[in-house]
Amino acid sequence: MTHHIVPVKTYAFVFAALLVLLALTVAAAQIENEVLNLLVGLTIAVSKAALIMLFFMHLRYNTFVIRMAAVAGFFWLAILMTLTMSDYLSRM
Amino acid sequence: MNTHLAHHFDDADQQFDAARLGMWIFLATEIMFFGGMFVGYTIYRVNYPQAFAVGSSHLQLVAGTVNTAVLLLSSFTMALAVRCSQTNRRTGTVFLLAITLLLGVVFLGIKGFEYTEKFATHHVPGESFSLSEPHSSPVDPQHVELFFSFYFAMTGFHALHMIIGVALVTIAATQAWKKCFSAEYYTPVEITGLYWHFVDIVWVFLFPLLYLIR
Repeated sequence: MTHHIVPVKTYAFVFAALLVLLALTVAAAQIENEVLNLLVGLTIAVSKAALIMLFFMHLRYNTFVIRMAAVAGFFWLAILMTLTMSDYLSRM
Repeated sequence: MNTHLAHHFDDADQQFDAARLGMWIFLATEIMFFGGMFVGYTIYRVNYPQAFAVGSSHLQLVAGTVNTAVLLLSSFTMALAVRCSQTNRRTGTVFLLAITLLLGVVFLGIKGFEYTEKFATHHVPGESFSLSEPHSSPVDPQHVELFFSFYFAMTGFHALHMIIGVALVTIAATQAWKKCFSAEYYTPVEITGLYWHFVDIVWVFLFPLLYLIR
């Protein structure tokens, strides 16, 4: 078997990074600006999700087909979000 | 000869990749399942930003933050459990899966505590919903009620996924205990791990969208 075994150090580093990002997002929530607040919150959430998927879920070490399946889910969600919001936001 | 290899696969690697691909396709459908609620949330937050901020201010930030940390830690222990099964460490696998399980239960406990508080303060959507203190900002209580509808629907479905995850981890831990796995075959541990991490990712998005609105 040729499974990639990720060093414990890498997992520990990713976990530490996730905790730092959590502290950051709670601190950033004090930003009073509505748009900036949402933008920072979402950027941090996407970073955390990416870390979890790439390392904990081994996407970084998986085959191309598996990575495409993962991307497809978010791609279809983006279609749903874009089409729906382009409707709602242009109604005013 | 690997006894776990089904006849329609060339080798164990191909079988393992197929299992992971299948799980990722399932997770893509899960993204769509939660995605519908996220889009609904977006529409109403765009329409009633102040009401959502008021609703968010009634959630317990400390409980939410602690719960996020608990879930992140459980993902870490889950990743280590998978690593232990990759390296043939059975007791390590069982121990780490048990810790993951425990952290999942702690998460659900804190969530239950939060729900109880919401029922006590009448913040649950429905007949008895009320915003106790008067707000200076002209916010319609019904719009705040909408926020709480999304809060309960999204965290409720997330909690349901957590309960399923706890059940799956229990099964994986029991199988590991019964020596069902080895470095050659640990697919159920890997697949359960993928599910667990996915549920963690959903919470990573729910946390800022529900608890951290200004």
